[in-house]
Amino acid sequence: MNRTPFIIFGVFLTIAFSLSGLVLIPNWQFQDHKPVINTRDGSQYPVPYFGMALQGRDVYVDQGCTYCHTQQVRAKGYGGDIRRNWGNRRTVARDYMYEFPVLLGTMRTGPDLANIGARQPSRDWHYLHLYNPQITSAGSIMPRFQYLFRTIKAGELAPSGAIPLPPAFQADGTHIVPTARGEQLVEYLRAQNRTFPLPEAKQ
Amino acid sequence: MTSLPEGPNENKLEQISRILIDDSSRVPVSLWFASSVFWLLMGSVAAMISSVKLHHPDFLGNIEWLTFGRIRPVHLDIVFYGWSSMAAVGCLLWLQARLCHVKLPWPLLLSGLAMVWNVGVCVGVVAVLAGHGSSIEYLEFPAYCAPFFAIPALGVLAANVKMYVTKESQHTYVSQWYLLAATVWLPILYVTAMACTYFGLVQGVSQAITNWWFGHNALGLWVTPIAVATAYYLIPKVTGKPVHSYHLSLLGFWSLAIFYNWAGTHHLTGGPLPAWTITVGVVGSMMMFIPVITVAINHHMTMRGVFHMLKTSPTLRFTVFGSVMYTVASFQGSLEALRSHQEITHFTQYTIGHAHLGLYGFFSMIMFGAMYYIFPRITNNEWSSARLIKVHFWGSSIGVLAYGAGLCWAGWWQGMMMIDPGIPFLETVAYIRPYLIMRSVSGAGMTIAHIAFAISVWRILSRHHFVMSGPTLFTTARPAWREFVNEQEKREQAELEAQS
Ligand code: HEC
Ligand code: HEM
Repeated sequence: MNRTPFIIFGVFLTIAFSLSGLVLIPNWQFQDHKPVINTRDGSQYPVPYFGMALQGRDVYVDQGCTYCHTQQVRAKGYGGDIRRNWGNRRTVARDYMYEFPVLLGTMRTGPDLANIGARQPSRDWHYLHLYNPQITSAGSIMPRFQYLFRTIKAGELAPSGAIPLPPAFQADGTHIVPTARGEQLVEYLRAQNRTFPLPEAKQ
Repeated sequence: MTSLPEGPNENKLEQISRILIDDSSRVPVSLWFASSVFWLLMGSVAAMISSVKLHHPDFLGNIEWLTFGRIRPVHLDIVFYGWSSMAAVGCLLWLQARLCHVKLPWPLLLSGLAMVWNVGVCVGVVAVLAGHGSSIEYLEFPAYCAPFFAIPALGVLAANVKMYVTKESQHTYVSQWYLLAATVWLPILYVTAMACTYFGLVQGVSQAITNWWFGHNALGLWVTPIAVATAYYLIPKVTGKPVHSYHLSLLGFWSLAIFYNWAGTHHLTGGPLPAWTITVGVVGSMMMFIPVITVAINHHMTMRGVFHMLKTSPTLRFTVFGSVMYTVASFQGSLEALRSHQEITHFTQYTIGHAHLGLYGFFSMIMFGAMYYIFPRITNNEWSSARLIKVHFWGSSIGVLAYGAGLCWAGWWQGMMMIDPGIPFLETVAYIRPYLIMRSVSGAGMTIAHIAFAISVWRILSRHHFVMSGPTLFTTARPAWREFVNEQEKREQAELEAQS
């Protein structure tokens, strides 16, 4: 008896089942997700990224920040996420309805960034940190991203946009200014804010 | 179905036909294998750079092309697409031809497909280094790389099915099921995942599920079945003992096919998904105990009474090491999938330790074993030096054990520190750093092993032949390579002069 078609068909079925079960059904389940409107001030959540934050997402992707940082907060009582102040509630599917690609991440070599915009809104802090993490976080193993900055030779006067380097990190007569990509990345980080209360994420 | 492919007592006719079959696969299988070994070296270089960067972030710090977030996915993609997949294809072509008792069809086409695949890896690597990667694990290569993998995958599927339907052997051997299934799964997985990822066929967090449906299955349904099939062939073949139980192997195959599929969502435990998707992943992972235990029993029982052969046979030693690591890494993986375990280890170096115990300790070691068996048969040559094989074995095995055990230990405690909000994050970083340095050390051991292996492969493919002297075992003494080459060249020179 020739069992070849039987094997091939059986093998095909196994994968078709899991594709439907794991990918297609949840996708269909999420399809009728809608943004939520805050009744008090009429604001909407979530909103798609736009402007510089949208461009910044491409920088985040091409620099591979996702290999060291997650963007997901686990529920209260499961892991230390909320107690570490990485969020005020867990994140849920609706938080990501506009994201493409979704950058949940699987590795926390560095802290979670799902709410870094709420936790750390200061542009200057981010510039200093990206320029050299040792300035803000001595002992960090995050790489420097100095190619997202330009060096400007200037006299006494700092050009506009120069980042406030501490003297120990500054070469005489030069100032450091973020490039367009650097600015976009920081806007993207500042847009990471998933604190809006959602009915399905009570914790 | 029989329990042993061809016994040691096969007749003359079978021997001759086997030589013809091995001859037919010489060029394509050598090409897939040699390419995979090249990528193994490149993957090791990328691995060492990423590893050193993790504890000394300023190493090559100002080169954007080599920033951690690019070189790390390049490492993963080279070892997955370049090394693992190409080694797997070589193995599968050779094994299927042998088991079907037919010559390998379309040798030229299959060699061409190897080159297409190589181009795909090259293009993808340059794209990721240049910043065009997608940051989606295992699928970083841009969409325009997809045809370079999808077309060869379909070609390999066609060749595999053709061999199977025209087979001359009366029996089906358990390995053939695995090989057939793996070649059916790969193109479906790859094309579907690429389409969903790049053309927005699914929205929101379903993208993440697609990602891990692919990432997990690419390991479990593509490279794993091929390594299991190879071990199922090599262990009985080298020891001359039949597979322990046919029924167990059948159960093992179908339970793998059915349950592995569903396990991928354990990569998203605690994530923003409906709870049931994770539950399915956990259940799938638990059910994996069935195929793993059946394979473990079958392989262990086959080895019973012949463990002394591990002393002499390189093929057997690598293969048995890999097959033991299959059990270890799978048990670990099933437990790791539990929610209470993931709470601690999910986002830590523990996962990386586990990944290397699996893809390296199990899969790569079996591929090494297979290459030690197959290369001499398709090249009609012998391995030049037992010492190089020893360096390879000890570097790889000690390296991966230290790597896996060290990072799993450190990852566990890293996770324990991370769920305690009283410990500042930077303290967890300080805790893990010495272990990251240890990883670079064990990685250096593995890299040395790979260089030794690459030298061996280079020599066996070169025109210098060790034909007359029997197989190279761990106990075989061979003349030094340089002297041997000089001797052989002198002899050839003399022959040439005698002719003229
Ligand atoms: C090699 C791993 C690694 C990579 C790659 C990496 N980071 Fe980090 N990141 C860390 C570590 C470790 C910390 C914690 C120490 C510190 O603050 O520097 C951190 C901290 C941060 C913080 C501060 C978080 C907080 O809670 O204070 C931000 C913001 C950040 N990283 C952004 C980025 C961005 C943006 C990228 C990509 C351009 C990136 N990181 C790439 C490892 C990494
Ligand atoms: C030469 C020795 C090797 C070293 C030093 C090494 C190092 C690394 C490093 C540093 C990472 C990234 C970890 C992180 O992001 O924190 C990694 C990931 C990975 N490596 Fe290796 N590697 C080596 C060999 C291999 C080989 C030969 C394979 C497979 C055949 C392999 C498979 C993987 C996989 C699958 C991952 C991704 C793991 C995950 O994200 O879960 N590695 N490796």
